[in-house]
Amino acid sequence: MSYTLKLRIWRGDKDGGAVEDFPVEVSEGEVVLDAIHRVQATQAGDLAVRWNCKAGKCGSCSAEVNGRPRLMCMCRLSDFEEDETITVTPMRTFPVIRDLVTDVSFNYEKAKELPSFAPPPRDADGKRRMAQVDVERGQEFRKCIECFLCQNVCHVVRDHEDNKEAFAGPRFFLRYAELDMHPLDTHDRRELAQGAAGLGMCNITKCCTEVCPEGIHITDNAIIPMKERVVDKKFDPLVWLGNKIGIRNKDNDGRTEV
Amino acid sequence: MTSPGRAHIEARTLREDRWWLQPLTTFVVFSAFVVYATVRAFMGRDYYASPYLSPFYSPCLGDCVEGASDFGQPFGWWPLSAALIILIFPLGFRMTCYYYRKSYYRAFWLSPPACGVAEPHSAYSGETRFPLVLQNVHRYFWYAAVLVGLVLTYDVLLAFRPMPAEYAVGDGETSGVHMGLGTLLMIANVVFIWLYTLSCHSCRHVVGGRLRHFSKHPVRYRLWTWVSRLNTSHGRWAWYSLFSVALVDLYVFLLATGTIQDVRFF
Ligand code: SF4
Ligand code: SF4
Ligand code: FES
Ligand code: FES
Repeated sequence: MSYTLKLRIWRGDKDGGAVEDFPVEVSEGEVVLDAIHRVQATQAGDLAVRWNCKAGKCGSCSAEVNGRPRLMCMCRLSDFEEDETITVTPMRTFPVIRDLVTDVSFNYEKAKELPSFAPPPRDADGKRRMAQVDVERGQEFRKCIECFLCQNVCHVVRDHEDNKEAFAGPRFFLRYAELDMHPLDTHDRRELAQGAAGLGMCNITKCCTEVCPEGIHITDNAIIPMKERVVDKKFDPLVWLGNKIGIRNKDNDGRTEV
Repeated sequence: MTSPGRAHIEARTLREDRWWLQPLTTFVVFSAFVVYATVRAFMGRDYYASPYLSPFYSPCLGDCVEGASDFGQPFGWWPLSAALIILIFPLGFRMTCYYYRKSYYRAFWLSPPACGVAEPHSAYSGETRFPLVLQNVHRYFWYAAVLVGLVLTYDVLLAFRPMPAEYAVGDGETSGVHMGLGTLLMIANVVFIWLYTLSCHSCRHVVGGRLRHFSKHPVRYRLWTWVSRLNTSHGRWAWYSLFSVALVDLYVFLLATGTIQDVRFF
């Protein structure tokens, strides 16, 4: 069953642009990216759109569908009424290059600022060991496909361009948390997370979690635990005292601040 | 949102669903609770209908009515309502709760009102400065909340006490263990309070979340998995316990003012 979809697409570049109508023939079972491709093939050959896998795994096709950050290839047309208008715009937090394509280099700059995994020397047999439960803990965070939808929706930078410098964003809080929970890592990144990465700017309103196509519980499992770890380091006098008189367990030993 | 370089779109949001419904509901319900709780806390009367004590007044440490103070009256000199002495603990616990923070930042401060909807403020510093940096004391309120939970549990035990003679309907009803609708409501309340308290993110951190080696702490790892399971519904327990506290208080109020009679099971 095919029908004509009332599709609207934002077209333009950094100097300006507008939403334009592109009524297009679609059929049941298709996704927004299919409709965009058909527009590109039949009506607007120069429409710019970034995509790769069409399977929700490469994180390239991030955009906003009716104002909600989505992967276009995972956004089913059957989720909308047939007579509903669907408006597709580029991500609104990053500079636009053309049409639906944005410049996401902000995220790569932030990635560079994050000190990478620093394992200790190997065991005598040349191996490193980790118990299964400890391996499992970080698996959720490794599902990230770097679509940057969480970075895009986060109001800290979405609504305040001036915060970009001081705020790494949820995708990187995920990484901070993963490393801080890693039994083999030798860096202590808690001061850095709170300071340079701007963890304190997050007000845990959970939009990153709401949009994550991988269903990662960014706020509950990464940001809040990381905030609690920062409290241990910076704000809790009892923890400080416990460390001083040596009654706290030595779980954090062997780590040096970065 | 309209910074140079970004795609030029005037609208504050292109969302077409009813994104305002959730913050609006939160706003209305929270405001209603705050008004009710404030009125009740300042009233300073009708908080005890033997054997039931309103959770707003427990423990009753001020100059309380007879039978309400099970932990003495160290603040007997306090001129105002006894609820105000202990109010800071549940209030502080909920105000700094990660779930309530999310809710009121969205519903009251509109920061942001919903995902992908621009907030009305021109500057934003999150929880980095005074006063919001104080949210970091949440774990201390959690310690206090555990004590409050224990006190409320004790209150439930007391709610099984025999009723005073004037409530007796037939002969001999005042002696022995008693159970009424009030007891039942208090049990439900204390269950929700414990679910809320134990599913707290600070609790999750304290019992095991802060560790780096689960493998070296099997017991704490087990505790952490339990708390983590409760934690996924933390928001639900936050709401349920809010309603149950208000309901128990209302029930005690109605009993104490003589508006209704307790429904007695035995
Ligand atoms: S929870 Fe924090 S990081 Fe995630 S979107 Fe909200 S403010 Fe940004
Ligand atoms: S955390 Fe989720 S939303 Fe953010 S970049 Fe990774 S997959 Fe995308
Ligand atoms: S095209 Fe790869 S995630 Fe959509
Ligand atoms: S009570 Fe909600 S997070 Fe602690």
